[in-house]
Amino acid sequence: MSKPTDRATLTHIQRLEAEAIHIMREVVAEAERPVMLYSVGKDSAVMLHLARKAFFPSPPPFPLLHVDTTWKFQAMYEMRQRMATESGMELLIHQNPEAAEKGINPFDHGPLHTDMWKTEGLKQALDKWGFDAAFGGARRDEEKSRAKERIFSFRTASHGWDPKNQRPELWNLYNARKNKGESIRVFPISNWTELDIWQYIHLNDVPIVPLYFAEERPTYEWEGQLFMADDIPRLEKVLGYRPEITMRSVRFRTLGCFPLTGAVESTAKTLPEVIQETLLTTTSERQGRVIDKDAGGAGMEVKKQQGYF
Amino acid sequence: MTDTTDPVYVTEALIAEDIEAYLEQHQHKTMLRFITCGSVDDGKSTLIGRLLYDSKMIFEDQLAALETDSKKVGTQGQEIDFALLVDGLAAEREQGITIDVAYRFFNTEKRKFIVADCPGHEQYTRNMVTGASTADLAVILIDARKGVLVQTRRHSYLCHLIGIRNIVLAVNKMDLVDYDQGVFDAIVKDYAEFARSIGIESFTALPISGFKGDNITTRSAQTPWYQGPTLIEHLERVEVITSRDADKPFRLPVQWVNRPNLDFRGFSGLIASGTVKPGETVRVLPSGKTSTVTRVVTLDGDLDEGVAGQSVTLCFADEIDCSRGDVIAVADNPPQAADQFETTLVWLNDDPLIPGRAYWLKLGTQTVSATVQQPKYAVNVNTMEHVAVKTLELNAIGVAQIIADKPIVFEPYADNRTLGGFVLIDKITNATVAAGMIQFSLRRAQNVHWQPTDVTRADHAKLKNQAPKVLWFTGLSGAGKSTIANEVEKRLNVMNRHTFLLDGDNVRHGLNKDLGFTEADRIENIRRVGELAKLMADAGLIVLTAFISPFRAEREMVRAMLPEGEFVEVFVDTPLEVAEARDVKGLYKKARDGQLKNFTGIDSPYEPPLNPEIRVNTAEMTAEQAAEHIIRALMPWK
Repeated sequence: MSKPTDRATLTHIQRLEAEAIHIMREVVAEAERPVMLYSVGKDSAVMLHLARKAFFPSPPPFPLLHVDTTWKFQAMYEMRQRMATESGMELLIHQNPEAAEKGINPFDHGPLHTDMWKTEGLKQALDKWGFDAAFGGARRDEEKSRAKERIFSFRTASHGWDPKNQRPELWNLYNARKNKGESIRVFPISNWTELDIWQYIHLNDVPIVPLYFAEERPTYEWEGQLFMADDIPRLEKVLGYRPEITMRSVRFRTLGCFPLTGAVESTAKTLPEVIQETLLTTTSERQGRVIDKDAGGAGMEVKKQQGYF
Repeated sequence: MTDTTDPVYVTEALIAEDIEAYLEQHQHKTMLRFITCGSVDDGKSTLIGRLLYDSKMIFEDQLAALETDSKKVGTQGQEIDFALLVDGLAAEREQGITIDVAYRFFNTEKRKFIVADCPGHEQYTRNMVTGASTADLAVILIDARKGVLVQTRRHSYLCHLIGIRNIVLAVNKMDLVDYDQGVFDAIVKDYAEFARSIGIESFTALPISGFKGDNITTRSAQTPWYQGPTLIEHLERVEVITSRDADKPFRLPVQWVNRPNLDFRGFSGLIASGTVKPGETVRVLPSGKTSTVTRVVTLDGDLDEGVAGQSVTLCFADEIDCSRGDVIAVADNPPQAADQFETTLVWLNDDPLIPGRAYWLKLGTQTVSATVQQPKYAVNVNTMEHVAVKTLELNAIGVAQIIADKPIVFEPYADNRTLGGFVLIDKITNATVAAGMIQFSLRRAQNVHWQPTDVTRADHAKLKNQAPKVLWFTGLSGAGKSTIANEVEKRLNVMNRHTFLLDGDNVRHGLNKDLGFTEADRIENIRRVGELAKLMADAGLIVLTAFISPFRAEREMVRAMLPEGEFVEVFVDTPLEVAEARDVKGLYKKARDGQLKNFTGIDSPYEPPLNPEIRVNTAEMTAEQAAEHIIRALMPWK
């Protein structure tokens, strides 16, 4: 048996974990067809770990869904397969066929890349399998409009979000009743911060993609930011030229499509070192991603109204 | 300005020098959830922006954006406008106000904090209640220039009502009153008087300036007359209320039954209060069955003890019935079950309370159907006077009795937030319409018992050689309900069936002559007719009812009163133009002329059945044809 709990004071991490597990169990009890959105990033890793805790010794009673853009890092595809096998969960993968057909890519199509592969792809996937509740790993500390979103966040049949008409959420009581055609996005780790995520990974030995740790990697510069050349032939094909590639010790603060995810120069090879660097850094987490800057200050809010997760 | 070498946030050195030690420290931090509330322009957003800024939660890129934004849309001239950090939604930034509760996070060396930034506008009280329901502490902001306002009273009352016992009175904008002790003291005295009057036993008052940073993280040189803690010091020291839950009797509302295979059966839930250990005897409610806990299961290994606030899975020594909605409790001190309560309600929806209508009531993991009686009173939050009311409108707070359709396991809210706090959900729109707190159960529920009788409803029906039914005719005024029901009854009578026709107009001459045509009265009208039809069906009769019965919710309520299959909804489907053209009683004309209020189809809605058992269209068939159609649809008879 593990050591007894210090009964007087649950730590903030213990309270956050208990809250997330409670939320996941409520969804499974009340939704007809839940699914967990899995992006292979560190937040997804924590979500998956929490799901395994919530339903142990049963495997989590819902599938994992990866909305793929075909532009993820190779290391992410490897991790995806490994975690599906370890958790005993069904892994569903959706790639927007329209985006594939049109050859949508991050270099030529800018914001359209995210819109087609991710926003449209997600809507297609949810409709295709008829999911009525989808777990997401979004956190309120990430971005301004997220800070105001409920844990159970309702979407219209066309996946729109109406921020001015959110249901009041009291105590830990969640109203999961839907109108016809509506679906719910559920955010069990809403109240976690980036530091909490790292601390949890550290305390629980949660497996994460090695890209979060510094290593000598092939990099190139594009539009003033540093990127990793994860698939050089493909890069060359899309760019029309071979970018100048330099080996640098880099790591990633956040993971997405490799041409859209800026690398940071770093020597942090262990988790405590990564956390140290994160805490001492002077730029916010999502800055490495190009997506938030598209529409000025209201970028994410607009995307969410359109159905982005 | 305050100096910046403040001890509270100096963690950077530790992070840089010994990250392992820092992580160890962070790991053991406790968490305090608090809300900030106050009137418009009291400076809530600025204060929170200041807390984030001072605790180094603002990154350089955000700061750069902030500086640009401050010059562009800021309200503080060339200085940094901290409010822009937290006013998130585009609509808010344009209007310069906060329209929805927002959650913010920061750390000090001792604690992690979650702040719910609650809007000050009266129409967004529902968001404040949401923020307050999970808070350990409330910071009530007052503008030093304005003193205690209506909103201050309202928010303080709400915080107290929701059960927040740690109240901080932050007298803000002290810089704008020259840090005058006299101003501060006068406000504190004023507030103390009000606080006492609503039962707030104690509060902590602080003179601050969110904009200048006085007494936020460091003692201000501008207020030498103030000897108390800074805001942060106070937030770090105050006791977290939820840590007391562990000392209360054990309760765990069951969320989910964990059954991966035949060898394992566990009951999962969040421990609401108390502790549980293997070997202890527990009782499952409402059944009252007992068993012994064998394991407290988690993925990280079995626990020696589970405590309040943890999510666990329990295994029992015996195979007893236990499912979602049940409550597992310590065997010798279990909570009670009841179906009638006195409650305090905060109404959260644009559609007002409709007394008598059935709502879903969700408490813990239990969901039941429940009706709210006409409120005993509402509270005028400015004067704290009790006001007689017929309903509760958006943002109203009132006391009303609630009747559930089956017993629920509960405790008074003051003893247990999880088993005493509930929400009401509209059955049609699915909106969360009210937050409620159980004060106590009504003795009535315990003292009025059902008296069993020997001749059963089956005996009554058998003697009549028929299966009881309630044929519920619904449709617009003038659709032909009464005419068709009359035709159907004539045919049934010829067929030797024992019937009775309840007609809307006739019932209003006697049983329901005290009722008018408001929404609430219409619901009561239908409830009484439903109960009467049920008694007649119990007596073995085939009952025909002809009522407009415009609301889906009430027709479903009557359906739920009767055994499965006994309620037959007959939709007399006549277009409004057709019914209005007939206007047999001249009522449509009166309604159009404005002489008749709340007339269905004109200024009161009709909600057509979504899935009626029988539908007849009187624009296409005569009353006789409709009656034949209904008789055929009812065949074959038992």
